[in-house]
Amino acid sequence: MKVLVTVKEVAEVEEDFQLDGLRVAEQYLDYDLNEWDEYAVEAAVQIAEENDDVEVVSATIGPERSEETIRMALAKGVDRAVRVWDDALDDVDLLDVGAKTRLLSAVVEEEDPDLVLTGVQANDDSFGATGVSLASAIDFEWAAVVNDLDLDVDGAVANVRRELEGGVEELTEVDLPAVLTIQTGINEPRYASLRGIRQAQSKEIKPMTLSDLGLDGSAVESDLVLTDVYEPETESDATYFEGDAGTQAAELATVLREKGVGSQ
Amino acid sequence: MSDVLAITEHRRGDLRDVSFELVTAGADLVGDTGGDLHLAVIGGDVDGFAEALSLDGVDTIHTVSEGDEFNHDVYVQAITALYEELDPTYILAGNTVNGLDYAPAVAEALDLPLVTDAVGLQNDGTLEVTREMYASKVESTVEVDADRAVVTIRPSEWDAAEAAGEPAVEAFDFTLDESRVRSRVTGFEEVGGGDVDISEADVLVSVGRGIEEEENIELVQNLADALGATLSSSRPIVDNGWLPKDRQVGQSGKVVTPKVYLAVGISGAVQHVAGMKGAETIIAINTDPDAPIFDIADYGIVGDLFDVVPELIERFE
Ligand SMILES: Cc1cc2nc3c(=O)[nH]c(=O)nc-3n(C[C@H](O)[C@H](O)[C@H](O)COP(=O)(O)OP(=O)(O)OC[C@H]3O[C@@H](n4cnc5c(N)ncnc54)[C@H](O)[C@@H]3O)c2cc1C
Repeated sequence: MKVLVTVKEVAEVEEDFQLDGLRVAEQYLDYDLNEWDEYAVEAAVQIAEENDDVEVVSATIGPERSEETIRMALAKGVDRAVRVWDDALDDVDLLDVGAKTRLLSAVVEEEDPDLVLTGVQANDDSFGATGVSLASAIDFEWAAVVNDLDLDVDGAVANVRRELEGGVEELTEVDLPAVLTIQTGINEPRYASLRGIRQAQSKEIKPMTLSDLGLDGSAVESDLVLTDVYEPETESDATYFEGDAGTQAAELATVLREKGVGSQ
Repeated sequence: MSDVLAITEHRRGDLRDVSFELVTAGADLVGDTGGDLHLAVIGGDVDGFAEALSLDGVDTIHTVSEGDEFNHDVYVQAITALYEELDPTYILAGNTVNGLDYAPAVAEALDLPLVTDAVGLQNDGTLEVTREMYASKVESTVEVDADRAVVTIRPSEWDAAEAAGEPAVEAFDFTLDESRVRSRVTGFEEVGGGDVDISEADVLVSVGRGIEEEENIELVQNLADALGATLSSSRPIVDNGWLPKDRQVGQSGKVVTPKVYLAVGISGAVQHVAGMKGAETIIAINTDPDAPIFDIADYGIVGDLFDVVPELIERFE
């Protein structure tokens, strides 16, 4: 069995930052593996540990820089990775869900997995849609926002829980092959061991361009155009307590006491 | 002229609030283009739901009697069939857990562009969508350069439509292809239990990822004890196993409405705010002056919790 887990290196914006056109200026960005993908990677690695003959392959869309982050997934037990990038992607401001779907569909065609795991969303543009869109494109069944997964390989079914709003979970049977979008908290992502980190150095990260995937520039074209990026105006009408921590705490204490807090 | 098809949502016998917000957003989008606002009601008590959704601004409600609960395979088939029949300019859905379980598949199947989690929509011939990025630190405008699109709207951003109207209600003639239904909902479970009901507390001290380490939870527990408050948290604290699930506030945790909610090291992500915006007084302690939590706070301290919290404890001991 083969499990494909999509991963993405995402940028987090520092507290103080400047915009540069339609992007946050590079020096204010810190890159890391997307939080949701950490849990998807762990879920995939656990499947490999619990079943015989499972290969776990990561797929990412990202520039060369992202290899460092992808290695972290390899260090945690992913067997190898495919990294899609192309000069045509350098100038794309908004890689929309459709474009990501076209690229990842081509990877799926190449790899032919039985199960695809993705994160629920990526913490940068937060579309939260790629997994389900991909499922539709490759004609897999799917489930979004999965926080419990019990794979019945012989029965070709995944028994999942979907985390709905308001503390309600939906119990669902999903026929395989399937795409599952993985929610944080489904497991405890492991730390990479020193041995794992060493082994990851020799694992393959295969770069693939559009033409390697049998695609051309039209695959990354989009009907969505990012026309403006700005810092939202604060809607805050909060009363702020200024001064050093002691002064701030004293003023807050006064307000809390006025509201009857701590006065029993 | 823009016609809109909005897909309503229900669960376990009740329409969800976002259904009424979709009516408002849909009616805005149709605006004065002379188009129609269509609603789809799929599954459950469709006639009862249609009656509740007979609101001002709605032209036609299409009911699809298929199953009791949400199933994305059924939804995708029904919505694509409705799309072929009605040829709407925009399909609107809620940016909910279920919305994100079918809307991307609908967009893909119909080869339409998809914009999720809209917090604003503007339609002057071209659709412009306002979205947030980077955990709400940046806002963006996305222009849809296509005739048609699928858009999901963030819950609670639009007011719920209330004024009654007299839309036509039509049962949509639709035959389900059972062979394409490849997932089955077998039940629901309410999570929780546990010893503490945070939704009952008058005062909550709520801790977020700013606390950094499990050992430091003790610090905010001490604060809660000093204030006679109950300790709750944002999601990552529960995901890390530092506090039990029943302490989680937010979309997928508990909705709380205490007299005082003291958010310590919590950024104020939309899914967190969904669970606590109804608190009477909101106080936030955060190092980042631009953290979204301050947008809804009544009182704020821009500062390091590791400096402020010990000082605060001292004043209540
Ligand atoms: C489907 C779905 C459902 C979700 N449901 C929920 C939910 O129910 N509840 C929920 O909370 N989240 C939920 N989330 C997650 C949500 O999107 C956020 O990831 C989460 O709320 C962030 O938690 P946080 O504010 O503690 O962490 P962060 O966003 O990391 O914020 C930490 C904050 O601490 C501040 N900070 C850091 N150090 C200090 C310091 N020393 N002193 C003071 N401040 C400091 C930082 O400035 C920052 O603002 C959900 C997400 C999805 C996709």
